[in-house]
Amino acid sequence: MIIGSLFIILIATLIWSIIYGRKLIRTERNDAVFGNPSRAEGGWHWIIAGVSSILLVWFFFSWDAARAYFPKAANELCQVAKLTSATNPIRTTFPFEDRLLQGTELLERDYGQLDSLQASVSVSDLSDADKAELTALVEELRDTLASQADSSQLDPALPAKFDAIADDINALSAKLEQTDYPGPADSYIMEKALAQPKWGETRTEIPTIPLTDRGRKFEAAAAEMAEISKAYRGIKNEGGAWESRLNSISGKLEALKVRESEEELQILVKQLNKVFKRIDNGKVFPPEFTNKVEAALENFDDVQKSEQGSLRLIDIFAMPGGEIRAGNNACSEQGSGRWLPKPSDTLKTFARLANPNEGYKGTPLLWYKMKPLSEMVDFVVPDMVADLIPGAYPRHDTNGNIELNFKSKVLNIASGNFSSPSIPVPMGHVWDSIVRVLVGLFFGILLGVPLGLFMGLSRFAKGFFDPLIEMYRPIPPLAWAPLILTIFGIGDDGKIFLLFMVAFAIMVISARTGATGTQLSKIHAAHSLGASKRQITRQVILPNSLPEILTGIRIAIGVCWGTLVAAEMLAGTTGIGFVENVARKQSDYEIIWMTILLLGLLGLLFDLGMRWVIAKTIPWRGKG
Amino acid sequence: MSDLVADNVNMIFTTPTGDSVHALKDVSFTLKKGELLSVLGPSGCGKTTMLNIIAGFIHPTSGSLQLGGEEIEGPGVNRGMVFQQGALFEWLTVAENVNFGLRMKNADKDETAKKVEEWLDIVGLQGFGNTPTYQLSGGMQQRVALARCLINDPDLILMDEPLGALDALTREKMQSLVLKIWKETGKTIMIITHSVEEALLLGERLFVMAPRPGRLHKEYRLDFAEQGLTQDLREIKQTDAFAETREEILTMIWNMEEEIMGKT
Ligand SMILES: Nc1ncnc2c1ncn2[C@@H]1O[C@H](COP(=O)(O)OP(=O)(O)O)[C@@H](O)[C@H]1O
Ligand SMILES: [Mg+2]
Repeated sequence: MIIGSLFIILIATLIWSIIYGRKLIRTERNDAVFGNPSRAEGGWHWIIAGVSSILLVWFFFSWDAARAYFPKAANELCQVAKLTSATNPIRTTFPFEDRLLQGTELLERDYGQLDSLQASVSVSDLSDADKAELTALVEELRDTLASQADSSQLDPALPAKFDAIADDINALSAKLEQTDYPGPADSYIMEKALAQPKWGETRTEIPTIPLTDRGRKFEAAAAEMAEISKAYRGIKNEGGAWESRLNSISGKLEALKVRESEEELQILVKQLNKVFKRIDNGKVFPPEFTNKVEAALENFDDVQKSEQGSLRLIDIFAMPGGEIRAGNNACSEQGSGRWLPKPSDTLKTFARLANPNEGYKGTPLLWYKMKPLSEMVDFVVPDMVADLIPGAYPRHDTNGNIELNFKSKVLNIASGNFSSPSIPVPMGHVWDSIVRVLVGLFFGILLGVPLGLFMGLSRFAKGFFDPLIEMYRPIPPLAWAPLILTIFGIGDDGKIFLLFMVAFAIMVISARTGATGTQLSKIHAAHSLGASKRQITRQVILPNSLPEILTGIRIAIGVCWGTLVAAEMLAGTTGIGFVENVARKQSDYEIIWMTILLLGLLGLLFDLGMRWVIAKTIPWRGKG
Repeated sequence: MSDLVADNVNMIFTTPTGDSVHALKDVSFTLKKGELLSVLGPSGCGKTTMLNIIAGFIHPTSGSLQLGGEEIEGPGVNRGMVFQQGALFEWLTVAENVNFGLRMKNADKDETAKKVEEWLDIVGLQGFGNTPTYQLSGGMQQRVALARCLINDPDLILMDEPLGALDALTREKMQSLVLKIWKETGKTIMIITHSVEEALLLGERLFVMAPRPGRLHKEYRLDFAEQGLTQDLREIKQTDAFAETREEILTMIWNMEEEIMGKT
């Protein structure tokens, strides 16, 4: 209901914004000539148009709209699919979708195999006598195969078997056209059908027991058609004159198989045996035998299509990019309906995972936990601090008592060994991912910027460090991942180090570019104003490089974000990439899409944040 | 006794392609304390090179330069520099630019603030202290550059085409300002320009330089600057004496340019 109205609203919004935009274009035409950049400014109505187009495509191709408007269509189409798959064994022997009749195809393939066997025989190292014998066998096989299509040499009872199938199909077509077929619904089954989970409510996706009369009709027909198919498949070209010839070939092949030690001969015999078995299957018939079945099936197809009625239109227009297929005991969406989850389902999944009690694999997406302050002190203050204090740690006395002194008290604090109140700390998959990126980035900036500036200012530094940076920078970060994860383990350290490497190279290069780009006159001015080297670096070169450095940070965040997700896919137990990886293994497209959207959203937020920082800190950019 | 003495200064650049350019040849002159010197010459005759040597940004190939009896070894606060394009620190405000030199010396904060006020007053920028420099017009930026240089109280002020990028009206106002500062502070000023009129107006002394190799070609002693302190600059320009000198120098530079064209 909500989705249905939303869909309509989106269409209306799209149409409105297009009309509004067209109207504005007419009045804007005088504003600026083509090519003037101001023609690309503003235009929020086009943003609305763009966003609603994307949402509409999503609603449409994920079949969310179809589900909203035709909630029972999937169940009915499931019954149609059952009938289709029941018909398929007969259908595929005729050139409806294929190019050739099944018999024609078999003949063509076997003739081809016999031709190539013949060729291998003539170039083989076998004795002339063996060659002659094998060639004769190939010829005999070819003749036998050909005679399978010759009605005069076949069992006269064969055509009647096909006619019976055709009659059965025609009878089923007639039943399908009756309005009361297959009779009134069984209340027990009806109850069961109504108790099924609705379309998309569970992982089985589509309720299989028919809910409607039309559905029951197709299900009943499918059951009957399955029987007909079985009978059709059971028909074999047997009792013909060719069988005795085939038996004599079999004897000759067996005789050849005795000569086990002759490898080349055995290979050829094995291949001949394969062709022999296919001929023995007896699946080639004279075409005139099956004509009636083909006609009956064609008619049946027309009938079942017209019986589908509006359902066909729904299938074609409301459920684009795929179809509903029936498997052994379940129906499923195929195509975009499958890999493009419905927006409403994705939102539901998100709501489910965002619930801190639920989470994913035992960790919430984003929540908080209470952590004692002492733990943080332990993390921040190195225990070494206590070692640096003069004096010795206390020793136990003869009574076994240990008297604390100042040094050991400091150690207790540094190692977090004291009671303290707890404070809330964020946690969860999203938080872990963000922290990894930010920590990697932080160290990348902390070390990369000074080195970059140094390289921009000193010939030594540039020459010395350049090969180092240039050697590892062009290597895709993920190529390092296996190595780094081995060295650091699958915990946070490895991932952070990987991100640090990514950020470091970017920061070095951008800081260096910034430093070398400083206008000479500014440096000269600073010198004349009495600034020392240190002052020039801090007061002139650093601020002058800020635009490049901040742009570098912006790029680094983006690259780190991408690298992180890939790294989390390789190893680890938390993080957005981890979530996506597990979902991938379980083919859970809803979670996959949810993580994709989440990643996009967070990436966008990071970028917007950086843009804001850039606008605030360097409004003078490019105006010097 | 803080005269600038140049003795046989030579500057030979080696270009990356291996050619050598004789940018300055045997340049010798003495600039007395309080003198106003303008330097004129066709483009590429070594004016900027000479200024850079005096400022200490580059070292001459041979010859010596002394300011107040001391050899010039590198850049120093006793020589202030004003560039064509302000070379202001665009991330700082007007006041922060002006007090840059004092901040580098860690001078007393209150005193610095007072001095900044004074100098902004002198260059006509009172009340602009907290304005970011990138929001200023070209003329205002040059005023900031002047104040930034003068607040350090240098012995010698070097200006490399300081008014070159300004429009005619602003330029005239700035010329008066330079003259005013010269008079009020009594500083030695060396100003490079490519405008003959400007050179005549802003020079007690005027060097005309010649190119290839760059050298001092002719020196003039003029009194237009003195007149400019009391008279309207435009009136001075209309006097016959001014027009005569202008034509003479123009012809001279014209001939130099012709000669270069002939050579190449
Ligand atoms: N760093 C340098 N390397 C090589 N040649 C230079 C360098 N600086 C200046 N020159 C050359 O020296 C000459 C004088 O330059 P410059 O002093 O800038 O001239 P001006 O300021 O009078 O226009 C020019 O021919 C220029 O090409
Ligand atoms: Mg120059």
